[in-house]
Amino acid sequence: MSNIKEKNIRLALLGAPNCGKTSLFNALTGGRAKVANYPGVTVEYRKGEFSLPNNNPVELLDLPGVYGDCGHSMDEKVAIDAVRGNLVGERSPDGLIFMMDASHINTHLHNVLQAKSYGLPIILVLNMMDIAARDGIEINIPKLESLLGISIISCVAVRNKGRVHLLEFLNEWTAKLFDGSASIPNKENNSLKDLQLKSRQITNTTVRQLGIAPTITQKIDNIVLHPLLGIIFLSGLLIFMFQAVYWWAAPFMDGIDLIFSKLQFIVDSNLPNTWLKSLISDGIIAGVGSVIIFLPQIIILFAFILLLEASGYMTRAAFLVDSLMAKVGLNGRAFIPLLSSFACAIPGIMASRTIEQEKDRLTTILIAPLMTCSARWPVYIMIIGAFIPDINIGFLGLQGLVAFSLVLGGIVFAMIMAFIFKRTLMNNAKSILLIELPSYKLPVIKDYFIGLWDRALIFINRAGRIILPASIIIWFLASYPTKSNGIVGTFAGKIGSLIEPILRPIGFNLEIAISLIPGMAAREVVVGALATIYSLDSEALDGPLKETLQNSWSLPTALSFLVWFVFAPQCLSTLAIMRKETNSWKWPLFAFFYLFTLAYLMAGITYQIAVHLGL
Amino acid sequence: MTLDQLSCNQKAKITGFDPLFLELETRLREIGFSEGDEVTVLHFGPIGKNPMSIKLNGALIALRKNEAKYIFVKLL
Repeated sequence: MSNIKEKNIRLALLGAPNCGKTSLFNALTGGRAKVANYPGVTVEYRKGEFSLPNNNPVELLDLPGVYGDCGHSMDEKVAIDAVRGNLVGERSPDGLIFMMDASHINTHLHNVLQAKSYGLPIILVLNMMDIAARDGIEINIPKLESLLGISIISCVAVRNKGRVHLLEFLNEWTAKLFDGSASIPNKENNSLKDLQLKSRQITNTTVRQLGIAPTITQKIDNIVLHPLLGIIFLSGLLIFMFQAVYWWAAPFMDGIDLIFSKLQFIVDSNLPNTWLKSLISDGIIAGVGSVIIFLPQIIILFAFILLLEASGYMTRAAFLVDSLMAKVGLNGRAFIPLLSSFACAIPGIMASRTIEQEKDRLTTILIAPLMTCSARWPVYIMIIGAFIPDINIGFLGLQGLVAFSLVLGGIVFAMIMAFIFKRTLMNNAKSILLIELPSYKLPVIKDYFIGLWDRALIFINRAGRIILPASIIIWFLASYPTKSNGIVGTFAGKIGSLIEPILRPIGFNLEIAISLIPGMAAREVVVGALATIYSLDSEALDGPLKETLQNSWSLPTALSFLVWFVFAPQCLSTLAIMRKETNSWKWPLFAFFYLFTLAYLMAGITYQIAVHLGL
Repeated sequence: MTLDQLSCNQKAKITGFDPLFLELETRLREIGFSEGDEVTVLHFGPIGKNPMSIKLNGALIALRKNEAKYIFVKLL
């Protein structure tokens, strides 16, 4: 740590989930943040800097939402360790900004009393005064200040007025923090029960609840939490969301595809025919393009997820499906991340952050790749089209039924694995649901776009950081030492022949073994890889891939290949994002291992059964 | 009587917590449950009438019956 850093005043934002900390953080720092997290733990916090009106720089920590100081979950432990200065490489803050939703003051005031015991100068920011007023809550702030013994700043969703007010206050306060004259509150040495008693006494004399009419939030809840209407609304919303992910993204994905083909064309026609041209065109552009093409889907998906989260609806969705998730030991919070994984496991894994309990979050991350992502569809469509007859069984088409059972298979195994993981790896950690349903509110546009931008950057950076070197390596493996007799003579071909004996019992041939190597960039690349391998190696150069496959694969091989893709462990982008979200290679390696084992076993069983049935 | 036994729109006062589950009691207290607080049951989940949403002071809280059964209440 440099000396200049030592001189910065460091403040930490503390408060319950959904009280508006992130909004305040963005308002102060402009959203420029460094995200920090810990090895093996899916907890993160944000660090940012801003200058006060007097030009003093301030470092601000945005900590995970916590209620008290007992550290029940990993998030709470991290937040409390950060405040106490127990985090490796982080000094303790000089002052605490405790933030509270003003409309919940009756419920949460004891958390402020708890926070006084950290022995740091502290101020209270009462946020969402407008919502409190809307709900008929009147707060006598001067009296509350004197009873609590700490300064209070009230604001309305951190909009400009509140922000200016807060900055003026921080100007003076940080000066006092700097010369050590800021007052440190008296410690509250009482039990939690006594603190609650004390806080109820304080609110009894300072907070007035006018009228008891149901709030707007309660009126909305009467519809969206209704056993029937609520489910209809949620289903409708999800159907709309997925239509949007597939339909709205399509033109953008075509556009990206076009741009990357154009780039390839430009490189191909302008560079001399050397290894460099092949590296740039076939390696980098094709490889990176195969991953970036999912960016539109990811952005649209997060546009919905962030909206659901910011409006307060997300917790309601969790409420509705909680019983379903409880059956496998998770809680309702895991639902949306798992659902998102049907578009792509990457946003699903990223969306797991909204799950409060660390063990549940980790379990969700591990099973997310089992949801049928959009990259599997090109594979399913090609193989089913080539091998499953287009006939009807009753009202249902056989091809559709096979596709459906592949999707269902993924879900069933995800549930089984969640059940197993919760009972083994997660030490039987009890899943409970104890969440606050926040008041409905309109998202702050700025926060919304900062959130969306963050997600896009995470995808491009983290997935991209792996995909670029991986594309180069894959290109190298598929081009050297010699490509004169097709891919068989390359390293990829050699690795393919090396692993082919291992894959033989599950019915895979040499071509499949080789195709799995370039397929590590993204699952759907396998289709292109097979086309390349066959057109280079077989006589059927101009025959469509479908016919080639029909002629060279048996039905058991095709079925085995389909089942392999239910588990498909070989997606590097997924493993890279797991590495990012868990900040350790332990979990992505474990995920690869368990998915590979399942893929191998289930594809093998499918193949052997199919062969014995004489298919 | 315990919180999980209440039906929709019933109001009750919290009288205490099951003393055998201290960690849960702390969690419940931290999120805002306390003796003397008034609770109103608002909604039940669609499957097996679980979880339940309640109004506690100014806040709305969702919890499962499995946890609610450790909160003692008196009907108002």
